[in-house]
Amino acid sequence: MFEFIAGHYDYWFIIVLLIIGLYGMIMKKNLVKKLIGMTIFQASIILFYISGSIKADATVPIITGKINNGDPSAYINPLPHALMLTAIVVGVATVGVAFAILVLIYKKYQTLDETELIERMK
Amino acid sequence: MIANHLPAIIPLIFLTSALLIPLLGIWKKSFVYPVAILSVLSATCLSVYGFIYVLSYGTINYYFGGWAPPIGIEYVYDPLSSFVAMVINIVSLFVLIHAYRIVPSDLQGRETAYYSVVMLLLTGLNGMIITGDLFNLYVFIEISSLSGYALIAVGEKRAPFAAFRYLIIGTIGASFYLLGIGYLYFMSGTLNMNDLAEILPLINDSPTVLVSLILIIVGLGIKMAIFPMHGWLPDSYTYAPTTSSSLIAPIGTKVAAYALMRLLFFVFGVEFFSIELPVADMIAVFACAGIIFGSVMAMAQKEMKRMLAYSSIAQIGYIGLGIGLANPFGFVGAVLHLLNHAFMKACLFLVAGNLRVKAGHSNITLMDDTFRKKYPWTMAAFTVAALSMVGLPPLAGFFSKWYLALGTIENSRWIYLAVILISSLLNAVYFFRILEKVYMKSTAEDKAGEQTLKIKKDEVIPSMLIPVIVLATGLIVLGILNVVIVDQIYKMMPAGF
Repeated sequence: MFEFIAGHYDYWFIIVLLIIGLYGMIMKKNLVKKLIGMTIFQASIILFYISGSIKADATVPIITGKINNGDPSAYINPLPHALMLTAIVVGVATVGVAFAILVLIYKKYQTLDETELIERMK
Repeated sequence: MIANHLPAIIPLIFLTSALLIPLLGIWKKSFVYPVAILSVLSATCLSVYGFIYVLSYGTINYYFGGWAPPIGIEYVYDPLSSFVAMVINIVSLFVLIHAYRIVPSDLQGRETAYYSVVMLLLTGLNGMIITGDLFNLYVFIEISSLSGYALIAVGEKRAPFAAFRYLIIGTIGASFYLLGIGYLYFMSGTLNMNDLAEILPLINDSPTVLVSLILIIVGLGIKMAIFPMHGWLPDSYTYAPTTSSSLIAPIGTKVAAYALMRLLFFVFGVEFFSIELPVADMIAVFACAGIIFGSVMAMAQKEMKRMLAYSSIAQIGYIGLGIGLANPFGFVGAVLHLLNHAFMKACLFLVAGNLRVKAGHSNITLMDDTFRKKYPWTMAAFTVAALSMVGLPPLAGFFSKWYLALGTIENSRWIYLAVILISSLLNAVYFFRILEKVYMKSTAEDKAGEQTLKIKKDEVIPSMLIPVIVLATGLIVLGILNVVIVDQIYKMMPAGF
């Protein structure tokens, strides 16, 4: 049991991050805080991919014959990192669109607090 | 020659014009609309040609940069994806023809940016349909969703808040999907759909695959607004401008439903998600709950666009039910409903837009019999689409419900059959409410005597009227030709079904 927890400790941190993000999105009343929750949520998934592709004592996947004598088991799989670069870009774009929408909301209602916003919408 | 590059050309047309439109808009604003309509028109022609080509010569596989599938990214243009691409391009062509006058009046001076974002939305949707790579699918989901948020946010005063809610919920959905494919990738080492379909039978007893299946269903379920995850939909559709809601409502959620179908039927395999795991049953139960919930909520609405939004939740339920039945009839019903509902909802939302332009509102309580004299053609199109939604035999809507009903009988799920029948009745209630006000004699006329007879025809301009009428006629044609279409849908089924 202890090994199950200790052996996967990075995943436990990721799950905690995921739950913090979900909590922020659901429970926080301020829209900017909801957005912060969303970025934490996305970051936890990016970390999941990165920690899933970790390999001890491995090096960059460039075959020159000089590093590790071209032994394939000593190289890291670069694909998850490349995927996560794309996911980070997507996340940045999402945050950009979200801030643009928040500016629109603030211009129309002069508040970013959800309860107050629903009050003013009536 | 061109056919081999077709899968890449269709999204590229939209991407190019999305970049071209802002540049042209700086120079001359009058060029923006022709470029937008031309790109949709050419994509429509190409996708119709592609569909015919695929049916006669077989699937087109396009490898980006010439890298073969497990390593490179593959675009697959098979009967199912070419069919769905054709449907959404045709519907978006009609919506954009309708947009000619209504977009300048809805968004004064912001047409350039608007059309550019519309093109990005269509890039994303076409890409989602054609791609054969799981991570590529995620990127296209995000492209279409991000442009969808922007298209909704430019609407009425309340629209930005609805769009923000959609953004938060939609991002959760996309992230769940990303997490799901992460699990799959670490188990199988591949992101290509065909490759994965071959590897999965070897590893599908592992709990990791199970968790990834659940995460993917939840993620895509949020995007397609299946019942417990529909919260974002009513507000976004109601407050968005006419063109946005009539673009996103008929094709946005349908494409997510298509992606779910593609992953469940072609990657995970029917046996895995319906026999080994009771996931299919769960989808069907939630879909049935959505059908009833959406129909009942639609009955309670006073605003036509909001009513249509709730009816969308119910109609997505039909597609979900077809997926959940996991038998050939259910598959045919789901694909046929995808086509029919795209035409019906586009027609109905465009009618709501026409009424907003001419009458200034689309409030059901304020509708009366003057509508049938002022807008005879718009209301006629509305009647055809409404009857099709209810499911009257010669119209398209009947046949998809027919195949779904056959599917429930084949699986001996009598409760689902009852749900289909009851929901048809509920559909009749909320559409006949409007038809009754418009076509039956109202009390207002009794009081006013002969005055109502003098009401002049006040129909919308042709660019807004023709798409509505063509879509309504299309419903009759699709209904009559349903045997031909169903024959083609049988060719789209996954092998061994």
